[in-house]
Amino acid sequence: MDLLAALARQRAGLRIESDKAYLVESRLNPLARREGFESIEAMVAALRAKREERLIWAVVEALTLNETAFFRDREVFAHLRDELLPALSRLPRERPIRIWSAACATGQEVYSLAMTAAESREIAPGARFEFFGSDISERCLEKAQSGLYTQFEVQRGLPIRLLVKHFENQDEMWAISPRIRQAVRWRRINLLSDLSSLGKFDAILLRNVLPGMDPAVQGRVIESLAARLEDDGVLLLGAREALQGVSAVRPTGVPGLFARDPSFSAAA
Amino acid sequence: MKTCLVVDDSRVIRKVARRVLEDIGFEIAEAADGVEALAWCRAAMPDAVLLDWNMPVMNGIEFLRHLRGEPGGDAPIVVLCTVENKIDRIREALDAGADEYIMKPFDGDIIAAKFAEAGLL
Repeated sequence: MDLLAALARQRAGLRIESDKAYLVESRLNPLARREGFESIEAMVAALRAKREERLIWAVVEALTLNETAFFRDREVFAHLRDELLPALSRLPRERPIRIWSAACATGQEVYSLAMTAAESREIAPGARFEFFGSDISERCLEKAQSGLYTQFEVQRGLPIRLLVKHFENQDEMWAISPRIRQAVRWRRINLLSDLSSLGKFDAILLRNVLPGMDPAVQGRVIESLAARLEDDGVLLLGAREALQGVSAVRPTGVPGLFARDPSFSAAA
Repeated sequence: MKTCLVVDDSRVIRKVARRVLEDIGFEIAEAADGVEALAWCRAAMPDAVLLDWNMPVMNGIEFLRHLRGEPGGDAPIVVLCTVENKIDRIREALDAGADEYIMKPFDGDIIAAKFAEAGLL
């Protein structure tokens, strides 16, 4: 347990609490089976003995939280549709408006963004959006990129009219339309790594991610994301997430919405 | 308290749906087919209808078309709840006047989410 928590913290900044052993078990059991181990204990013993990078990463990936849903927090998406995306669409830009869903898990959030942009009536004429989805987990990204969701997944948060409009049956799954799928670009990104090669974004979403991170790295992650924002860019956290001791962004009054602080220039 | 008419020919499904909907604050009436459901609606129009598609006597879509033609029949929020999961069938239900659509099997979370989506919560 200590080894697992240490690996998750060092490699991905994850906070694994020692009283959450049942969570660790439920996340690692499928991996242990896939890797051909008899138990989690056997897998951990192998980790200890060999320190094989591939297995370490598989374990860290499995420990990440990937709970997500289409249109998670409906009020937030109503705000995006009626206020935030229209405001972003009016930014003076020579290029498309760039929006990044950092830690996108299996893609529901960033696809919801793309559908919201397609639904919003307030988008400035001629404005174009580019959506980016990144996650630390290759497995999550593969699923996200496939655009295939189970019947259960498309019934969590997705209004039926949007299902009919943007999805098709594909065998037992639901496939998102090429138009929405092609609006999103994907990349595997560990938020602890150097992000400076990614270019600048007009909005970054990091919702429901910080609470699962080690408090010691939260400030650093926020600063390195803030450095990727344009001067007038915004950062969207979960509605109930607060930031303490971070000067790179400041609250805007809208729950979860932060603006880049004009005086912040660290490593930008 | 809002009322919901649960229409399904399976007594088990009606019982499960009743439990879920009572938990989220609805008063429940039950009907086993479209004709029974229509009689209920004529007596007292519910706020919501959870509606199966395939039923004997009168199926869900026929009921829905009748309902929408009744005086006051455009008021209830109708949520289909059926094993039909092909997109053409869903379109057909929406065209007939359904507000939301649940594909079976469902659980409590799905019902609550769909009812919220339909503006019932």
